[in-house]
Amino acid sequence: MTIFTNLSKAVSENLNDNDTVAFEGFTHLIPHAAAHEAIRQQFKNLTLIRMTPDVVYDQMIGMGMAKKLVFSYAGNPGVGLLRRMRDAVENNWPHSIEIEEHSHAAMANAYEAGASGLPCAVFRGYLGAGLPAVNPKIKSITCPFTGEKLAAVPAHKPDVSFIHAQKADKKGNVLLEGIIGVQKEAVLAAKRAVVTVEEVVDSLDTHSNACILPHWTISAIAIVPGGAHPSYAHGYYDRDNSAYLEWDKIAADRDLFTSWMKENVLDAKPEDFAARITHLRNI
Amino acid sequence: MTDLKFNSDEMMTIAASRVLENDDVCFVGIGAPSAACNVARLTHSPDITLIYESGTIGTEPNVLPLSIGDGELCDTALTTVSVPEMFRYWLQGGRVTVGFLSAAQLDKFGNINTTVVGDYDHPKVRLPGGGGAPEIASSCQEIFITMKQSKRSFVDKIDFYTSFGHGEGGDHRQRLGITTKGPTLLITDLAIWKPNHESKEFTVVSLHPNVTREQVQNSVGWQVSFADNLETTPEPTTNELNVLRELNERTRIAHTNK
Repeated sequence: MTIFTNLSKAVSENLNDNDTVAFEGFTHLIPHAAAHEAIRQQFKNLTLIRMTPDVVYDQMIGMGMAKKLVFSYAGNPGVGLLRRMRDAVENNWPHSIEIEEHSHAAMANAYEAGASGLPCAVFRGYLGAGLPAVNPKIKSITCPFTGEKLAAVPAHKPDVSFIHAQKADKKGNVLLEGIIGVQKEAVLAAKRAVVTVEEVVDSLDTHSNACILPHWTISAIAIVPGGAHPSYAHGYYDRDNSAYLEWDKIAADRDLFTSWMKENVLDAKPEDFAARITHLRNI
Repeated sequence: MTDLKFNSDEMMTIAASRVLENDDVCFVGIGAPSAACNVARLTHSPDITLIYESGTIGTEPNVLPLSIGDGELCDTALTTVSVPEMFRYWLQGGRVTVGFLSAAQLDKFGNINTTVVGDYDHPKVRLPGGGGAPEIASSCQEIFITMKQSKRSFVDKIDFYTSFGHGEGGDHRQRLGITTKGPTLLITDLAIWKPNHESKEFTVVSLHPNVTREQVQNSVGWQVSFADNLETTPEPTTNELNVLRELNERTRIAHTNK
């Protein structure tokens, strides 16, 4: 039974220190509000999985919450590099982190394998690439029918996945629209799943092939309007491109980063997200 | 020919746009490739299928996206699929004719590094990483690369093989069991390059207008080979320049209003 709850409880009841956790979203519908709640609750020693760790993981790494990062593209999309992650990798600030680096194809396949209940993903990948030499989790497998050598990586099986979605109905069935990324796979691969939504509606009112997660696949839902900011929610509000540009400056300086996090995350509330997207609303 | 003055960035984007064709299915990298692919669509190849790795297929953005997952790409796409489907069915399935990439570091065999500068475990600069590029480089039927020339990026030896081009040259791709062509074109702000038929080393086949051999050599970290029948790239036409400038202007307005 899906439980509608507040974000604080949704996070505290589903995330633990030492967990392997995915906060997924491929540029769109990134669960910023949920990540900020996790930062406020000061979880430690997390293994963070995400295809495109951007601003939220930069923040979590900078706040010293990450033991390990599993990823395929660690950049600030359209802007440049992740400066907190770089500081951790290059200078061990605030402490060193372990890196497990893949390609997008590998990460997407690993989530799909996790959702499929398989131990590993098999795909044609990494041909001639340098990552297999530095990531011992990348192995190969020979097709028993053709003899073709294929890449294999372990399935992603997060303890908990967090996603943001447009809406849920009153039973807690969740609808995602637009660029849906790997969120369905991330939820179905995880032991527990927490969803933040823009709103709750009487009926999802959509078509037969829509991307819907039935309520019985979800552990907790919290209503957080604007909860994807500064990323966007298709049909609700646009991406806050200037916030991504601004992040590049904030993250470049340890002191500025620390004071920004105090003001905008540690001393802030989930309800603050609604005001951050009023100028970006597109309906 | 045009009466308009043009700069080397514009020449690069327009030269890159010309190499695409109307029936291409093109996997678009962000940055320079994205501009070139959309200029192609807005000029000579209106029916080209542009695919971005966020899952948007047949997208027709009115402005250039800031990221590969901008809402504009989804709004104007024929369909938007999940990221696993994108990489499994469409890329791995062999449906993509051209992958259009850029790089932080490139060598003369078209091998690309976007992972680290320096040693992997103790990098001088930790770059974002490969994203979709390792499999784009091996699954697309061929690869075009577009980027500006500089000694920092055109290096004799790349620090990390993010994506495999022609490796050490010759038949290195075939020896690894890769059946696709790999990099077949390199379009820069100064010239157009093609791999030598045998060695697979990138060779300058065409200099952009008013560019000298010395300029090309001085911005590259290896000894450059020039084709015997070296050509001059045709100047941008007035139409090409207008289309590119209008696209850039729409993009600037769209992204500064947010």
